[in-house]
Amino acid sequence: MAVKNLPREELVRPGSGGCPGCPSSLALRVTLKALGKNTVFAIPACCAVVCLGAYPKTAFDVPVVSIAFEASAAAASGLAAGLKRLGKQDTNVVVWAGDGGTYDIGLQALSGAVERETDFIYICYNNEMYSNTGIQRSGATPYGAWTTTTWTGKTEQKKDMPAILRAHGLPYMATAVPGYPEDLFRKVRKAMSIRGSKYIEILAPCPPGWRFPMDKTVEMSKLAVDTGAWALYEYENGQLNFNLKSKSILEKKTEPKPIEEYLKLQGRFAHLFKPDRNEQVLDEIQQRSLADWERFRKQVECGVA
Amino acid sequence: MKMQVKAVISRPADGVMGKTGAWRDFRPELDSSKCIKCLLCWIFCPDGCIKRADDDSVSIDYVYCKGCGICANECPKQAITMKREGMGE
Repeated sequence: MAVKNLPREELVRPGSGGCPGCPSSLALRVTLKALGKNTVFAIPACCAVVCLGAYPKTAFDVPVVSIAFEASAAAASGLAAGLKRLGKQDTNVVVWAGDGGTYDIGLQALSGAVERETDFIYICYNNEMYSNTGIQRSGATPYGAWTTTTWTGKTEQKKDMPAILRAHGLPYMATAVPGYPEDLFRKVRKAMSIRGSKYIEILAPCPPGWRFPMDKTVEMSKLAVDTGAWALYEYENGQLNFNLKSKSILEKKTEPKPIEEYLKLQGRFAHLFKPDRNEQVLDEIQQRSLADWERFRKQVECGVA
Repeated sequence: MKMQVKAVISRPADGVMGKTGAWRDFRPELDSSKCIKCLLCWIFCPDGCIKRADDDSVSIDYVYCKGCGICANECPKQAITMKREGMGE
Protein backbone atom coordinates (compact mmCIF):
# COMPACT_ATOMS: atom_id res chain seq x y z
CA MET A 1 0.00 0.00 0.00
CA ALA A 2 1.34 3.41 -0.97
CA VAL A 3 1.65 6.23 1.56
CA LYS A 4 -1.04 8.09 -0.38
CA ASN A 5 -3.59 5.38 0.37
CA LEU A 6 -3.09 5.41 4.14
CA PRO A 7 -6.18 6.76 5.95
CA ARG A 8 -6.35 10.49 6.59
CA GLU A 9 -7.95 9.97 10.00
CA GLU A 10 -5.74 11.23 12.86
CA LEU A 11 -6.34 9.60 16.23
CA VAL A 12 -3.36 11.16 18.00
CA ARG A 13 -3.83 14.85 18.72
CA PRO A 14 -0.96 17.28 18.14
CA GLY A 15 0.71 18.79 21.19
CA SER A 16 1.32 15.48 22.98
CA GLY A 17 4.05 14.99 25.59
CA GLY A 18 6.43 13.05 23.32
CA CYS A 19 9.97 14.28 22.71
CA PRO A 20 10.65 15.89 19.31
CA GLY A 21 11.38 13.11 16.81
CA CYS A 22 9.79 10.40 18.99
CA PRO A 23 9.67 7.02 17.22
CA SER A 24 6.88 5.77 19.49
CA SER A 25 4.59 8.69 18.58
CA LEU A 26 5.42 8.15 14.91
CA ALA A 27 4.68 4.42 14.99
CA LEU A 28 1.58 4.97 17.11
CA ARG A 29 0.11 7.38 14.56
CA VAL A 30 0.55 4.79 11.79
CA THR A 31 -0.74 1.98 14.02
CA LEU A 32 -3.87 3.93 14.93
CA LYS A 33 -4.50 4.67 11.26
CA ALA A 34 -4.62 0.89 10.78
CA LEU A 35 -6.65 0.14 13.92
CA GLY A 36 -9.24 2.88 13.53
CA LYS A 37 -11.49 4.31 16.18
CA ASN A 38 -12.98 1.02 17.39
CA THR A 39 -9.99 0.36 19.62
CA VAL A 40 -9.23 0.17 23.33
CA PHE A 41 -5.68 0.55 24.58
CA ALA A 42 -4.03 -0.70 27.72
CA ILE A 43 -0.76 1.12 28.30
CA PRO A 44 1.61 0.35 31.17
CA ALA A 45 4.16 2.78 32.58
CA CYS A 46 6.24 3.81 29.56
CA CYS A 47 6.93 6.83 27.37
CA ALA A 48 3.52 6.55 25.66
CA VAL A 49 1.80 7.33 28.94
CA VAL A 50 3.80 10.55 29.11
CA CYS A 51 2.72 11.32 25.52
CA LEU A 52 -0.89 10.98 26.71
CA GLY A 53 -0.48 14.07 28.84
CA ALA A 54 -1.88 14.91 32.25
CA TYR A 55 -5.43 14.82 33.63
CA PRO A 56 -7.99 16.13 32.58
CA LYS A 57 -6.75 15.93 28.99
CA THR A 58 -5.49 13.09 26.81
CA ALA A 59 -3.82 13.21 23.41
CA PHE A 60 -5.40 9.97 22.10
CA ASP A 61 -8.83 9.85 20.53
CA VAL A 62 -9.37 6.26 21.69
CA PRO A 63 -10.00 4.97 25.24
CA VAL A 64 -6.82 4.16 27.16
CA VAL A 65 -6.45 2.23 30.40
CA SER A 66 -3.30 3.47 32.11
CA ILE A 67 -2.15 0.54 34.16
CA ALA A 68 0.76 -0.54 36.35
CA PHE A 69 4.02 -1.57 34.69
CA GLU A 70 3.57 -5.34 34.99
CA ALA A 71 -0.18 -5.49 34.38
CA SER A 72 -0.85 -4.34 30.81
CA ALA A 73 -1.52 -7.78 29.32
CA ALA A 74 -3.62 -8.74 32.36
CA ALA A 75 -5.69 -5.55 31.90
CA ALA A 76 -6.09 -6.39 28.22
CA SER A 77 -7.33 -9.88 29.18
CA GLY A 78 -10.00 -8.24 31.32
CA LEU A 79 -10.93 -5.78 28.58
CA ALA A 80 -11.22 -8.59 26.02
CA ALA A 81 -13.37 -10.67 28.38
CA GLY A 82 -15.61 -7.69 29.17
CA LEU A 83 -16.06 -6.76 25.52
CA LYS A 84 -16.86 -10.39 24.70
CA ARG A 85 -19.57 -10.41 27.39
CA LEU A 86 -21.03 -7.24 25.86
CA GLY A 87 -20.94 -8.77 22.39
CA LYS A 88 -18.42 -6.23 21.15
CA GLN A 89 -15.86 -8.65 19.80
CA ASP A 90 -15.10 -6.44 16.82
CA THR A 91 -13.39 -3.92 19.13
CA ASN A 92 -9.59 -4.13 18.96
CA VAL A 93 -7.95 -4.63 22.34
CA VAL A 94 -4.39 -3.40 22.06
CA VAL A 95 -1.48 -3.15 24.47
CA TRP A 96 1.09 -0.50 23.62
CA ALA A 97 4.11 -1.10 25.81
CA GLY A 98 7.81 -0.32 25.85
CA ASP A 99 10.54 -2.93 26.00
CA GLY A 100 10.81 -2.56 29.77
CA GLY A 101 7.14 -3.38 30.15
CA THR A 102 7.49 -6.30 27.74
CA TYR A 103 10.92 -7.93 28.06
CA ASP A 104 11.29 -7.46 31.79
CA ILE A 105 8.45 -6.28 33.99
CA GLY A 106 5.42 -7.23 31.91
CA LEU A 107 6.70 -10.62 30.73
CA GLN A 108 4.74 -12.71 33.20
CA ALA A 109 1.38 -11.07 32.43
CA LEU A 110 2.08 -11.22 28.69
CA SER A 111 3.01 -14.90 28.85
CA GLY A 112 -0.18 -15.64 30.79
CA ALA A 113 -2.41 -13.70 28.41
CA VAL A 114 -0.93 -15.41 25.34
CA GLU A 115 -1.23 -18.82 27.00
CA ARG A 116 -4.95 -18.10 27.64
CA GLU A 117 -5.25 -17.25 23.94
CA THR A 118 -6.66 -13.83 24.78
CA ASP A 119 -7.97 -12.10 21.66
CA PHE A 120 -5.73 -9.04 21.61
CA ILE A 121 -2.77 -7.39 19.90
CA TYR A 122 0.31 -6.77 22.01
CA ILE A 123 2.56 -4.13 20.49
CA CYS A 124 6.00 -3.55 21.95
CA TYR A 125 7.85 -0.45 20.79
CA ASN A 126 11.38 -1.43 21.55
CA ASN A 127 13.78 1.43 22.21
CA GLU A 128 16.19 -1.00 23.84
CA MET A 129 16.31 0.82 27.18
CA TYR A 130 14.18 2.42 29.89
CA SER A 131 14.19 5.81 28.17
CA ASN A 132 11.33 7.33 30.13
CA THR A 133 12.99 6.95 33.52
CA GLY A 134 16.40 8.16 32.36
CA ILE A 135 18.00 5.56 30.09
CA GLN A 136 18.62 2.50 32.23
CA ARG A 137 19.53 -0.90 30.78
CA SER A 138 16.73 -3.33 29.97
CA GLY A 139 16.58 -6.93 28.78
CA ALA A 140 16.42 -5.52 25.25
CA THR A 141 19.58 -3.39 25.46
CA PRO A 142 22.06 -4.78 22.93
CA TYR A 143 25.56 -5.96 23.80
CA GLY A 144 28.08 -3.15 24.09
CA ALA A 145 25.54 -0.31 24.40
CA TRP A 146 25.99 2.47 26.92
CA THR A 147 23.17 3.27 29.34
CA THR A 148 23.25 5.11 32.67
CA THR A 149 23.46 1.72 34.41
CA THR A 150 25.94 0.14 31.97
CA TRP A 151 28.27 3.06 31.51
CA THR A 152 31.15 1.06 30.07
CA GLY A 153 28.83 -0.79 27.69
CA LYS A 154 26.46 -3.67 28.42
CA THR A 155 28.36 -6.91 28.90
CA GLU A 156 25.41 -9.27 28.26
CA GLN A 157 23.45 -10.09 25.11
CA LYS A 158 19.84 -9.01 24.68
CA LYS A 159 16.95 -11.43 25.03
CA ASP A 160 15.33 -12.95 21.97
CA MET A 161 11.83 -11.89 22.95
CA PRO A 162 10.16 -12.75 19.61
CA ALA A 163 11.43 -16.34 20.02
CA ILE A 164 9.98 -16.48 23.55
CA LEU A 165 6.62 -15.39 22.13
CA ARG A 166 6.82 -17.90 19.28
CA ALA A 167 7.46 -20.61 21.84
CA HIS A 168 3.95 -19.88 23.15
CA GLY A 169 2.62 -20.98 19.76
CA LEU A 170 0.73 -17.78 19.06
CA PRO A 171 -1.04 -17.42 15.68
CA TYR A 172 0.71 -14.25 14.47
CA MET A 173 3.86 -12.34 15.28
CA ALA A 174 5.65 -9.62 13.33
CA THR A 175 8.46 -7.09 13.58
CA ALA A 176 8.42 -3.60 12.08
CA VAL A 177 10.26 -0.27 12.03
CA PRO A 178 8.85 3.28 11.87
CA GLY A 179 10.86 3.87 8.67
CA TYR A 180 8.55 1.58 6.66
CA PRO A 181 5.06 2.79 7.60
CA GLU A 182 3.25 0.84 4.84
CA ASP A 183 4.82 -2.38 6.12
CA LEU A 184 3.79 -1.55 9.70
CA PHE A 185 0.27 -0.64 8.55
CA ARG A 186 -0.10 -3.93 6.68
CA LYS A 187 1.11 -5.97 9.66
CA VAL A 188 -1.29 -4.27 12.08
CA ARG A 189 -4.19 -4.86 9.66
CA LYS A 190 -3.14 -8.49 9.33
CA ALA A 191 -3.02 -8.89 13.13
CA MET A 192 -6.54 -7.40 13.34
CA SER A 193 -7.86 -10.04 10.94
CA ILE A 194 -6.66 -12.96 13.07
CA ARG A 195 -8.34 -14.27 16.26
CA GLY A 196 -6.15 -14.97 19.27
CA SER A 197 -3.04 -13.34 20.68
CA LYS A 198 -0.92 -11.34 18.26
CA TYR A 199 2.46 -9.79 18.96
CA ILE A 200 4.12 -6.99 17.00
CA GLU A 201 7.50 -5.57 17.91
CA ILE A 202 8.53 -2.18 16.52
CA LEU A 203 12.12 -0.97 16.72
CA ALA A 204 12.03 2.56 18.16
CA PRO A 205 15.31 4.47 17.69
CA CYS A 206 15.09 6.97 20.55
CA PRO A 207 17.06 10.19 19.87
CA PRO A 208 17.68 11.22 23.51
CA GLY A 209 18.34 7.65 24.66
CA TRP A 210 20.51 6.49 21.79
CA ARG A 211 22.22 9.87 21.54
CA PHE A 212 21.65 10.84 17.92
CA PRO A 213 20.09 13.94 16.28
CA MET A 214 16.30 14.01 16.49
CA ASP A 215 15.78 14.40 12.73
CA LYS A 216 17.42 11.01 12.08
CA THR A 217 14.76 8.75 13.69
CA VAL A 218 13.43 7.42 10.39
CA GLU A 219 16.88 7.15 8.83
CA MET A 220 18.20 5.22 11.83
CA SER A 221 15.37 2.70 11.70
CA LYS A 222 15.99 2.08 8.00
CA LEU A 223 19.72 1.73 8.63
CA ALA A 224 18.99 -0.90 11.31
CA VAL A 225 17.29 -2.97 8.60
CA ASP A 226 19.99 -2.31 5.98
CA THR A 227 22.81 -3.39 8.31
CA GLY A 228 20.93 -6.46 9.49
CA ALA A 229 20.84 -5.21 13.08
CA TRP A 230 17.04 -5.55 12.88
CA ALA A 231 15.15 -8.12 10.86
CA LEU A 232 11.70 -7.48 9.39
CA TYR A 233 9.64 -10.66 9.44
CA GLU A 234 6.28 -12.20 10.09
CA TYR A 235 5.50 -15.47 11.82
CA GLU A 236 2.32 -17.18 10.78
CA ASN A 237 1.17 -20.82 10.85
CA GLY A 238 4.55 -21.85 12.23
CA GLN A 239 6.41 -20.26 9.32
CA LEU A 240 8.78 -17.31 9.22
CA ASN A 241 8.39 -14.91 6.29
CA PHE A 242 10.90 -12.13 5.81
CA ASN A 243 9.92 -8.77 4.32
CA LEU A 244 11.47 -5.99 2.25
CA LYS A 245 15.23 -5.64 2.58
CA SER A 246 15.44 -8.33 5.25
CA LYS A 247 14.14 -10.81 2.67
CA SER A 248 16.98 -10.08 0.27
CA ILE A 249 19.52 -10.26 3.12
CA LEU A 250 18.10 -13.63 4.14
CA GLU A 251 18.22 -14.93 0.58
CA LYS A 252 21.77 -13.57 0.21
CA LYS A 253 20.71 -11.36 -2.69
CA THR A 254 22.18 -8.33 -0.93
CA GLU A 255 24.96 -8.17 1.61
CA PRO A 256 24.00 -6.40 4.81
CA LYS A 257 25.95 -3.15 5.27
CA PRO A 258 28.67 -3.35 7.96
CA ILE A 259 26.96 -3.00 11.33
CA GLU A 260 29.55 -0.36 12.23
CA GLU A 261 27.74 2.14 9.98
CA TYR A 262 24.73 1.81 12.26
CA LEU A 263 26.68 1.86 15.52
CA LYS A 264 28.92 4.85 14.83
CA LEU A 265 25.95 7.21 14.37
CA GLN A 266 24.76 6.49 17.91
CA GLY A 267 26.29 8.16 20.95
CA ARG A 268 25.51 5.08 23.06
CA PHE A 269 28.21 3.21 21.10
CA ALA A 270 30.68 6.14 20.97
CA HIS A 271 32.97 4.43 23.52
CA LEU A 272 33.62 1.70 20.95
CA PHE A 273 35.18 4.23 18.55
CA LYS A 274 36.99 6.75 20.71
CA PRO A 275 39.54 7.39 22.03
CA ASP A 276 40.54 4.01 20.52
CA ARG A 277 38.55 1.60 18.43
CA ASN A 278 37.47 -1.41 20.47
CA GLU A 279 38.02 -3.95 17.70
CA GLN A 280 37.17 -6.89 19.89
CA VAL A 281 33.66 -5.71 20.83
CA LEU A 282 32.93 -4.34 17.33
CA ASP A 283 33.89 -7.68 15.84
CA GLU A 284 31.80 -9.57 18.39
CA ILE A 285 28.73 -7.47 17.53
CA GLN A 286 29.25 -8.00 13.80
CA GLN A 287 29.82 -11.74 14.13
CA ARG A 288 26.82 -12.12 16.41
CA SER A 289 24.62 -10.36 13.86
CA LEU A 290 25.85 -12.59 11.03
CA ALA A 291 25.30 -15.66 13.22
CA ASP A 292 21.72 -14.50 13.90
CA TRP A 293 21.10 -14.34 10.14
CA GLU A 294 22.58 -17.80 9.69
CA ARG A 295 20.17 -19.06 12.36
CA PHE A 296 17.24 -17.37 10.57
CA ARG A 297 18.27 -19.07 7.30
CA LYS A 298 18.32 -22.46 8.99
CA GLN A 299 14.94 -21.82 10.61
CA VAL A 300 13.37 -20.87 7.27
CA GLU A 301 15.04 -23.80 5.51
CA CYS A 302 13.87 -26.36 8.05
CA GLY A 303 10.47 -24.74 8.55
CA VAL A 304 10.96 -24.32 12.28
CA ALA A 305 10.53 -21.13 14.23
CA MET B 1 -27.43 2.54 50.68
CA LYS B 2 -26.55 3.85 47.25
CA MET B 3 -23.00 3.25 46.11
CA GLN B 4 -21.23 5.30 43.51
CA VAL B 5 -18.14 4.26 41.59
CA LYS B 6 -16.05 7.09 40.26
CA ALA B 7 -13.10 6.85 37.91
CA VAL B 8 -10.68 9.52 36.79
CA ILE B 9 -11.30 10.01 33.08
CA SER B 10 -9.38 12.32 30.79
CA ARG B 11 -10.98 13.66 27.60
CA PRO B 12 -9.23 14.05 24.23
CA ALA B 13 -7.88 17.52 23.47
CA ASP B 14 -5.28 19.21 21.32
CA GLY B 15 -2.20 20.47 23.11
CA VAL B 16 -2.28 18.36 26.26
CA MET B 17 1.21 19.64 27.04
CA GLY B 18 0.46 23.19 25.95
CA LYS B 19 1.47 24.80 22.71
CA THR B 20 4.41 22.55 21.98
CA GLY B 21 5.56 24.81 19.14
CA ALA B 22 7.34 26.74 21.91
CA TRP B 23 9.78 23.79 22.25
CA ARG B 24 11.12 24.47 18.78
CA ASP B 25 14.65 25.71 18.04
CA PHE B 26 14.43 25.29 14.28
CA ARG B 27 11.30 25.80 12.21
CA PRO B 28 10.56 23.79 9.07
CA GLU B 29 9.79 25.98 6.08
CA LEU B 30 8.05 24.53 3.08
CA ASP B 31 8.72 25.58 -0.51
CA SER B 32 5.46 24.43 -2.14
CA SER B 33 6.89 24.86 -5.65
CA LYS B 34 9.30 21.94 -5.00
CA CYS B 35 6.66 19.70 -3.40
CA ILE B 36 5.71 16.57 -5.37
CA LYS B 37 2.95 15.52 -2.92
CA CYS B 38 4.67 12.24 -1.99
CA LEU B 39 3.32 12.72 1.57
CA LEU B 40 6.42 11.29 3.25
CA CYS B 41 6.57 14.32 5.57
CA TRP B 42 2.92 13.76 6.47
CA ILE B 43 3.33 10.11 7.42
CA PHE B 44 6.71 10.58 9.15
CA CYS B 45 5.72 13.53 11.37
CA PRO B 46 5.59 12.03 14.89
CA ASP B 47 3.08 14.64 16.04
CA GLY B 48 0.77 14.88 13.06
CA CYS B 49 1.78 18.50 12.54
CA ILE B 50 1.96 18.22 8.76
CA LYS B 51 -1.58 18.81 7.60
CA ARG B 52 -2.75 16.97 4.50
CA ALA B 53 -5.29 18.87 2.37
CA ASP B 54 -7.88 17.25 0.11
CA ASP B 55 -5.61 17.68 -2.93
CA ASP B 56 -2.70 16.06 -0.98
CA SER B 57 -0.81 19.34 -0.67
CA VAL B 58 0.73 19.79 2.77
CA SER B 59 1.05 22.62 5.29
CA ILE B 60 2.76 22.88 8.67
CA ASP B 61 1.02 23.42 12.01
CA TYR B 62 3.44 25.80 13.76
CA VAL B 63 1.36 25.91 16.94
CA TYR B 64 2.32 22.32 17.82
CA CYS B 65 5.33 21.50 15.57
CA LYS B 66 8.21 20.58 17.92
CA GLY B 67 10.84 21.20 15.25
CA CYS B 68 12.40 17.72 15.16
CA GLY B 69 13.28 18.11 11.48
CA ILE B 70 12.30 14.59 10.33
CA CYS B 71 10.20 16.15 7.55
CA ALA B 72 13.19 18.13 6.21
CA ASN B 73 15.46 15.07 6.52
CA GLU B 74 13.07 12.74 4.68
CA CYS B 75 11.85 15.10 1.92
CA PRO B 76 13.19 13.64 -1.36
CA LYS B 77 13.07 17.08 -3.07
CA GLN B 78 14.53 19.18 -0.23
CA ALA B 79 11.33 21.22 -0.28
CA ILE B 80 11.51 21.66 3.51
CA THR B 81 14.42 23.51 5.13
CA MET B 82 15.05 24.09 8.82
CA LYS B 83 15.53 27.75 9.81
CA ARG B 84 16.70 28.96 13.23
CA GLU B 85 13.81 30.40 15.25
CA GLY B 86 13.88 34.06 16.22
CA MET B 87 16.79 35.09 13.97
CA GLY B 88 14.79 37.73 12.11
CA GLU B 89 12.89 37.45 8.89
